[in-house]
Amino acid sequence: MDVRKIAKLAHLEISDAEVALYTPQMADIVKYVEQLNELDTDGIEPMLGGLTAEGETTLTIREDLAQPSLGQKAALSEAPSGVAGHFQVPKVLS
Amino acid sequence: MSIVSNTEKALDNAERLNGELNAFLSIEREHALGRAAELDAVAGSKLNGLAVAVKDNICTKGMRTSCGSHILNDYKAHYDATAIKRLNDAGAVMVGKTNMDEFAMGSSNETSAFGPAKNPWDVTRVPGGSSGGSAVAVASGVVRAALGSETGGSVRQPASLCGIVGFKPTYGRISRYGLVAFASSLDNIGIFGQTTRDVADVLGVIAGRDPLDSTSADVPVPDYAATLDNDIAGKTIGVPRALLGEGLDEDVSEKVLASIDNFEKLGAKIVDIELPYAKYGIAVYYIIATAEASSNLARFDGVRYGFRAEDAPGLREMYFKTREEGFGAEVKRRIMLGTYVLSSGYYDAYYSKAQKVRALVKRDYATAFEKCDAILTPTSPSVAFKLGEKSDDPISMYLNDIYTVSANLAGVPAISVPCGLSSEGLPIGVQLVGNFWSEDVLLNLASKYETAFPLEAKPSIYVG
Repeated sequence: MDVRKIAKLAHLEISDAEVALYTPQMADIVKYVEQLNELDTDGIEPMLGGLTAEGETTLTIREDLAQPSLGQKAALSEAPSGVAGHFQVPKVLS
Repeated sequence: MSIVSNTEKALDNAERLNGELNAFLSIEREHALGRAAELDAVAGSKLNGLAVAVKDNICTKGMRTSCGSHILNDYKAHYDATAIKRLNDAGAVMVGKTNMDEFAMGSSNETSAFGPAKNPWDVTRVPGGSSGGSAVAVASGVVRAALGSETGGSVRQPASLCGIVGFKPTYGRISRYGLVAFASSLDNIGIFGQTTRDVADVLGVIAGRDPLDSTSADVPVPDYAATLDNDIAGKTIGVPRALLGEGLDEDVSEKVLASIDNFEKLGAKIVDIELPYAKYGIAVYYIIATAEASSNLARFDGVRYGFRAEDAPGLREMYFKTREEGFGAEVKRRIMLGTYVLSSGYYDAYYSKAQKVRALVKRDYATAFEKCDAILTPTSPSVAFKLGEKSDDPISMYLNDIYTVSANLAGVPAISVPCGLSSEGLPIGVQLVGNFWSEDVLLNLASKYETAFPLEAKPSIYVG
């Protein structure tokens, strides 16, 4: 398993020390979960979510009415950087 | 006693014990006393000023909600979770936010970015996790009840290790609106209580359909407190004997077997059942939970809220550095595992396979519940272990949840109740798992048990 490549996919900049730490640990965990391969699951429908039968049939459709939302000021109040009513990020293009 | 003076007592105790127990990440004195004064000024409310503690991954308006992580260190939520709103409306007083494993990923509270909470029975031991702080707040007598969250046993396991009651509802019973997502198809808000009655009182208030959570189900909420004392003679309890052998501490085994006899004394009928796929629960869990987590935690990127790494030259570098510096080791490990099992070429081998076995775990329960009203197992294979004992060995840590994860995979409710002490004087819990929407049955069984066979001992640090 190429832990550095996975970290990149997950947007994590991991150090060499972390690569050394995670590589054997993740290999062990993957080996552990591979015990599922001993099971025959042909013809079994995958369980997609956690919903009960009642949850599946609970109506989630509502009237399409405008309601108050968070608002610009509150939405920006926890942002590490904001300017002129926008989230601010470092340069995207060099 | 007035609600203000009760609240003051809880706040004082929380502050006084926190140096030693580290149960609270924030104590909300001003908020709590303000709310208490309001409640004193009106006629009796349903919860009558009950002081509660809340896990720090449940949003509380204007108050810190850190998830035990540096990446949300100073984050203040903009709204109350539905469970918080309902508690407030019913007259509860929230006294503080509790310590937890970072983003609820852990079984010992040791992955918290703010140091672990300590077990009040022995402060050299873990309280369990991930909702360790809430368990400690209740076990040490600071509050009678607390909210936690459950993805694979994060309320029941710490309840067992701290000698209190811990409860996980049916998926969809309690709204998850305002619970910071870890693995959405497994997450639940759960409840800790000094007694089952405390749990029933809180559940009765927070349960039920919420338009803000489309997975909350429109199923009527019964009066849980009203049926706690019902006779349990004739109730059938299934015991999966095959799961009570290997890997189980001797003391735990002995007390759990004794609890089966005790239930029989109360008139319950004991039958043998089988849960052949339960042993695969941990493997299924660590595929599905990490996959969902890798997706849910993508939102923490230093743009809209929380921590942002300094001095990144560009946007992409900022994402990478923020997440690298903001997340702890266990969270990174799980995000990467989830990324791996979902990645191109591996999806079918891991994620799809796990979803199929999850269906088999659910089917196990359906078959078992044709024969019984509840299933009895240990909650945790061991008593509270030493701080640091398992922190370098992820799989050994993960196996703490061997008895609890299946209920999250299937979506069924479960409860842990104290059933004795080990030879070292540490609490042991017995777990009851019920069929969908049978919370009332579980609470009834647990209540009758704790009334007839109470755990008389108290932790060495206890203020009640």
